[in-house]
Amino acid sequence: MGVEGIGAPVARKEDRRFLTGKGRYTDDMSVPGMKYAVFVRSPHAHATIRSIDAAAAKAMPGVIDVLDGQQLLADGIGNLICGWMIHSKDGSPMRMGVWRPLADKTVRYVGDAVAIVVADSVAEARDAAEAVVVDYEPLPVVTDPVKALEAGQPQIHPEAPNNQIFDWELGDAAAVDRAIAAAAHVTELKIVNNRLSPNAMEPRATLGVYDAGDDHYTCYTTSQNPHVARLVMSAFYNVAPENKLRVIAPDVGGGFGSKIYIYPEELVCLWASKRTGVPVKWTADRTEAFLTDAHGRDHVSTVKMAFDASNRITALKVDTIANLGAYMSLFSSCVPTYLYATLLSGQYDIPAIHANVRTVYTNTAPVDAYRGAGRPEATYLLERTIETAARELGLSPAELRRINFIRSFPHQTPVIMNYDAGDYEASLSAAMAAADWDGFATRQAEAARRGMKRGIGMSCYIEACGLAPSAAVGSLGAGVGLWESAEVRVNAVGTIEVMTGSHSHGQGHETTFAQVVADRLGVPIDSVNIVHGDTDKVQMGMGTYGSRSGAVGLSAVVKALDKVEAKAKKIAAHLMEADESDIVIEDGALKVAGTDRSVPWSQVALSAYTAHNLPAGMEPGLKEGAFYDPSNFTFPAGCHVCEVEVDPETGQTKVVQFVAADDFGNIINPMIVEGQVHGGLAQGIGQALLEGVHYDPESGQLLTASYMDYAMPRADDLPSFKVSTTNTPCPGNPLGIKGCGEAGAIGSPPALINAITDAIGNNELTMPATPEKVWAAAHAGH
Amino acid sequence: MAKITMTVNGRQVSGSCDDRTLLVHFIRENLGLTGTHVGCDTTQCGACVVHMDGQSVKSCSILAVQAAGSSITTIEGLAANGELHPVQAAFKAHHGLQCGFCTPGMVMTAVDIIRRHGSGLDEATVRAELEGNICRCTGYHNIVQAVLAAAAGMGGARQAAE
Repeated sequence: MGVEGIGAPVARKEDRRFLTGKGRYTDDMSVPGMKYAVFVRSPHAHATIRSIDAAAAKAMPGVIDVLDGQQLLADGIGNLICGWMIHSKDGSPMRMGVWRPLADKTVRYVGDAVAIVVADSVAEARDAAEAVVVDYEPLPVVTDPVKALEAGQPQIHPEAPNNQIFDWELGDAAAVDRAIAAAAHVTELKIVNNRLSPNAMEPRATLGVYDAGDDHYTCYTTSQNPHVARLVMSAFYNVAPENKLRVIAPDVGGGFGSKIYIYPEELVCLWASKRTGVPVKWTADRTEAFLTDAHGRDHVSTVKMAFDASNRITALKVDTIANLGAYMSLFSSCVPTYLYATLLSGQYDIPAIHANVRTVYTNTAPVDAYRGAGRPEATYLLERTIETAARELGLSPAELRRINFIRSFPHQTPVIMNYDAGDYEASLSAAMAAADWDGFATRQAEAARRGMKRGIGMSCYIEACGLAPSAAVGSLGAGVGLWESAEVRVNAVGTIEVMTGSHSHGQGHETTFAQVVADRLGVPIDSVNIVHGDTDKVQMGMGTYGSRSGAVGLSAVVKALDKVEAKAKKIAAHLMEADESDIVIEDGALKVAGTDRSVPWSQVALSAYTAHNLPAGMEPGLKEGAFYDPSNFTFPAGCHVCEVEVDPETGQTKVVQFVAADDFGNIINPMIVEGQVHGGLAQGIGQALLEGVHYDPESGQLLTASYMDYAMPRADDLPSFKVSTTNTPCPGNPLGIKGCGEAGAIGSPPALINAITDAIGNNELTMPATPEKVWAAAHAGH
Repeated sequence: MAKITMTVNGRQVSGSCDDRTLLVHFIRENLGLTGTHVGCDTTQCGACVVHMDGQSVKSCSILAVQAAGSSITTIEGLAANGELHPVQAAFKAHHGLQCGFCTPGMVMTAVDIIRRHGSGLDEATVRAELEGNICRCTGYHNIVQAVLAAAAGMGGARQAAE
């Protein structure tokens, strides 16, 4: 590894602009004539719209126009869609209800957009929005996913009887039932995975600019995948054909999944820009973010895990109800199905698995992927269950896991996935050593002398990342392919621009992608610029989510570099009258191996563009593109160990140590990888200890709509983390990368709850483990 | 409308704004200094922290007219002569930022923490002092490391100068 190449902890190229206030986020954008939008939103969780009267609002100072859903419909703007078709086990397609970008007849959750006000200032738009009179007829409300399926509940969409979207299954039910009947022991558990709000610190924002001269639209937006936004807005929402729509996702302040989806506001602002003739900018306030950003998780499950007399798992049976909220968000259907049930084998050799998943409409915000997306839900269920089983069977948590580890690869699970590489023993051992597991009893005794209950818990997780082989996901219902594209453009002076369809919103692409180029071509990373986030600059791409940027995005870069290198070597061989196969690239020069003959990289680049002396028949220029479609998912895995102290007087839990030992395959920049793990751990610990979205069950009002009510992890809620990595390189992609973006959020919640339940000696505890709940659980039966 | 004058990053500036305009909006909209961010509506997240007469304040919780006549430093005014301030440099060296959105407020808060506590800062104090700044990316681990390193470095530099 060079000082800037693969494996080096290079300080980030992008940091300077963020540290000096020169970042360019969507709300920082300003264009001539720009006006401001505020959305009129439903205060009811479920209601019929009788009428909208905007006359008074339109007459207010600074107001340019007020537009509603009837006008949007008249202009032919389409419905928002879910892009992944799931079929129920009876063969019927999922029952997708209509989602209008501006509700025209019915509102279905608090925050549903009804109208847009455009004015000279945000304050004037806000004043006018309050003066829009919407006559609502309130309807009965249901927010609980289990209750929503019961007879006699409010019906949210006519397309979905009993509010059920689909009733889907995966695996062999009969084999699972036989194994459970024959089992020596069955562990049964009810698992609730609490509903979360992603809370990227940058609220969503968009700036729609219609250019009447060219009949062209530009959309600045807080997106993790601007090309997908353009595709969907063109193909399904009839905003504009792709060649007339440019989408720019500039600096984006975190996403965690919530900025994958196409929300109403982007396309309504574009449409409003054309209707009003002015550029229209909208920026969410935090309450709007809580109300309308897609939420995550919200599963209720029952699980049975069967064991034979040697404590080997013989079967797993899971029944899950997943709340999808009031509308089906863009990828909502794949999260509780193919990103969830396919991971239910975990790190274990389980011969038979069956999962049944019912998805449900409720009068709550849409639910979609949030950091981990389905895989945290699978991991929490599995790792809580095996921990419970270990306690019931009288085995140590490590011993029961070790008995059941998959130990040879490739390994075909009964739920689609084919694990390509891993060493679960290695990460378990590394985590236990780092945590000083053997010294726990001493620490526990010391804590007891202080009146504290100390507990320890672990979790061994696996995830499927590197989303995803296009043919495979297509066969499972995806509406898009999940390849990635890249273009490497060598300038005439030898500097390099890499265009990637991947998008960076904190992950550090501008550094890690440049490191790969520097490593390959021996040029300094300062001569490499990474270009992303603009559909006019990058031809096509699928964006960033599912820990795919390294495994898929960088693989596309490598493919393009292969082509650039091959052409550069041909040119160098020609210039030095050498054989192409003898050319090597080292230290910024192309050399004839074993000789002192070389030409600098910059001279080869210049030769490609002057084209005065190229090999016969060669096209001028040095610019190559590539699309990379992965052959398999990647399978990051690892072990997390958490140690807590519970104050039995107050129920307060303190995380006193958190250890993560992760196998991400090969690593480009260990400093950035550690940072990704830290952030994921904070979000997972937040889920387990602090966070939860709550709706009032009667009114459907969101009770956790600000940072005063939704407990975000703060610096003093968390410990410093002990993180390390083990490595089994991924055999499926050229760099051997598995991905690291979600692991922290996937592995940590069960480790923490396992630790608390160990400390208090009561396994009945739901997330978030607030002091009230922990105190009650600790004192139950006393 | 109010007409106000204040000193921002060492330069005297004047502008007109609604009486109800918050300082953060005056800084962002009137002065075009977009490094100061708005991450919440309830004075919780700290993305908008600036220095007012040398002390850190959440610029979302103060009216622009209240800041009239004061001296404001924003994140844009921290680096001198193109050199990163030691706290900015420490955030870079310790990977104390990811998406960068909370970063300006974090850095301005950190400068104030170090000003008040000096080089004797410990981890528990830094974590307690950062309670009013929310980061969703880093898990705070590297932010804490950066603040501690900057405090140690700046303390060392001060001692050397004395």
